[in-house]
Amino acid sequence: MKVLSRIYTALIFIFLYAPILILIVFSFNDTKSRNVWSGFTLEWYQKLFQDSQIMDALKNTLIVAVVSALAATLIGTMAAVGIQALGKRARGIVMTFTNIPMVNPEIVTGVSLMLLFVLGFTLIGKTGVQMGLGLPTLILAHITFNIPYVILSVLPKLRQMNQHTYEAALDLGCHPLPAFFKVVLPEIMPGVMTGLLMAFTLSIDDFVISYFCSGPTSQTLPVLIYSMTRRQVNPKINALSALLFVTVLALLLIVNIRQLKDQDKAAKRQKKRA
Amino acid sequence: MKKSIAALAAATLLTGMLLLPAGASAESEAAEPLLDENGNQVEINVYNWGEYISTGEDGSLDVNAEFTRRTGIKVNYTTFETNESLYAKLKSSGESYDVIIPSDYMIARMIEEDMLAPLDFSNIPNFDKIADRFKEDCEYDPGNQYSVPYTYGQVGILYNDEMVTETVDSWDILWDEKYEGQILMFSNWRDAFGIAQKRLGYSFNSTNMDEWNAAADSLREQKPLVQAYVMDQIFDKMGGGEAALAPYYAGDALTIHSNNEHIQFAVPKEGTNLFVDAMCIPKNCNNKEAAEAYINFMCETDVATDNIEYISYASPQEEAAAAHAEYLREEYGDWAVDIIYPSTSGENDEVFLNLPEDVNTQVENIWIEIQGSGGGVIYIVLTVVILVVLAGGIVFFRVRKHMREKEL
Repeated sequence: MKVLSRIYTALIFIFLYAPILILIVFSFNDTKSRNVWSGFTLEWYQKLFQDSQIMDALKNTLIVAVVSALAATLIGTMAAVGIQALGKRARGIVMTFTNIPMVNPEIVTGVSLMLLFVLGFTLIGKTGVQMGLGLPTLILAHITFNIPYVILSVLPKLRQMNQHTYEAALDLGCHPLPAFFKVVLPEIMPGVMTGLLMAFTLSIDDFVISYFCSGPTSQTLPVLIYSMTRRQVNPKINALSALLFVTVLALLLIVNIRQLKDQDKAAKRQKKRA
Repeated sequence: MKKSIAALAAATLLTGMLLLPAGASAESEAAEPLLDENGNQVEINVYNWGEYISTGEDGSLDVNAEFTRRTGIKVNYTTFETNESLYAKLKSSGESYDVIIPSDYMIARMIEEDMLAPLDFSNIPNFDKIADRFKEDCEYDPGNQYSVPYTYGQVGILYNDEMVTETVDSWDILWDEKYEGQILMFSNWRDAFGIAQKRLGYSFNSTNMDEWNAAADSLREQKPLVQAYVMDQIFDKMGGGEAALAPYYAGDALTIHSNNEHIQFAVPKEGTNLFVDAMCIPKNCNNKEAAEAYINFMCETDVATDNIEYISYASPQEEAAAAHAEYLREEYGDWAVDIIYPSTSGENDEVFLNLPEDVNTQVENIWIEIQGSGGGVIYIVLTVVILVVLAGGIVFFRVRKHMREKEL
């Protein structure tokens, strides 16, 4: 039985990681082919950094991802704290509303956001100020679809924590705001971090919404990659994806290792007290 | 809090490392930024096909950066993947672009719908360098008022000379039962119908529905032989030897040939599609003069040469075409020059023009039906079955839960 379960786990991991492995392997392939191996090269990595267009798109993608993830984490965490404080019925209603951007088909969100922006610009345009789709609209759109994921990852942490610790802090004379930062926030931090990372990665790989909400100054990587499909998607993209994957992996490792250390420390402290 | 700061610092560090090489290529004698009356730098929005400009690989020109260096005008460059998505973006997003590069039939459609601005050719002196045959009786832009050609090319047949030993010179070979399951076909309807039309001796731009229906019948007849309807997967399938025959664009044949030397290219005798992608200025552009400066710049010989070497289609700019042919001869040999710049007259070749709306929609529907017939019903049935099972499951568990709660 144990052997079987091991084989099963191995299969699942292969299934999950084989595509990424293949992509990384082919980023070192000597020709443009995506299925014939013809020798090792670092050419694509070198060309990647020479390509101003990919670099611009990467810059846009990272700006949008970082700003929208941070903003969504801030708004989402505040919303989660508020939702937790609501009664059961009101909580259900509010949760339904906040979940809509998540369950709504992306294409509907994308098109409707674009229509909203275009309508807004026409109205603003009447006052003489010309505006258009660009990084700001893209960031707004990304914040919209990121918020529910942050709320969903923060709420369980809020539910898990002992409500009385916050009340105890207030009883001991702490003001509500410092009490939130000193008592509540450290408790829900893992949830906030998960939300932040999720928002960041979702924002990096979003295509549909970015496709509709980006303008002449704000093309993101997924949109750029899609536009390459008439010719052939350039292996430079493999190289870039490999780098992005390694970066995200490193980030996750750092976060997880720190978390483990913190847990160790907390466990030791508890032992001492006991 | 510490954790998030550390993570952020790591992220910024990595980003910084990634971005550094791109920013480090500062040129010495750059032009001062060109300012408008409000003191902002003049910007133009350029919308081009993906992978369709030289971006500075291996010492070639980074074309957009070079334009900024020479003129002080900033270029906001973005890319699209089909003529239709370009059209949709122009129509629906309310954005203004200064230079766009659609193909022939889309230019005709945009002219018809009054979306393009006539060019002021006194700002585009390099138009003289464009070969005459693109100016005389230009069908998609009669009188050459709205467009300056950027690239052109032919559709032909790619074949693997290990699997196909006979001479390939006719579209008929894509209907040959010998190659059942080894034929690839275009997935976009205009190209797919075009092949059937030329095989039957019709024009691409026919408005006679009988001809379209005949072409459709011919495509239906071909369907059992076709392995897949694809676009860019042709690169991998042909390169990897999974298919023997496929139609594709001449320039891309070179790319595939350099991956797999058994891949050859032939242009059928019945004639084929000649496509031209040309630079235009939409009516609602921000800065027409700057846009014309950009178009003129794109026709400079050094710029056009680097662009065409990157794209590897054919250049209508004569000096660039000569340089490109020389480059092809050195890199690949004479056969490559023959593929890209064929010496045949191509008298049966034709350009796609805009079709009337009703022909468009009818043919598109026929194409969906041809591609989908067979598999479609199974998917629908499968979806319905899954939905019913899901719904049944949910009801079952709900009822059971309810019963248990009652028992308690």
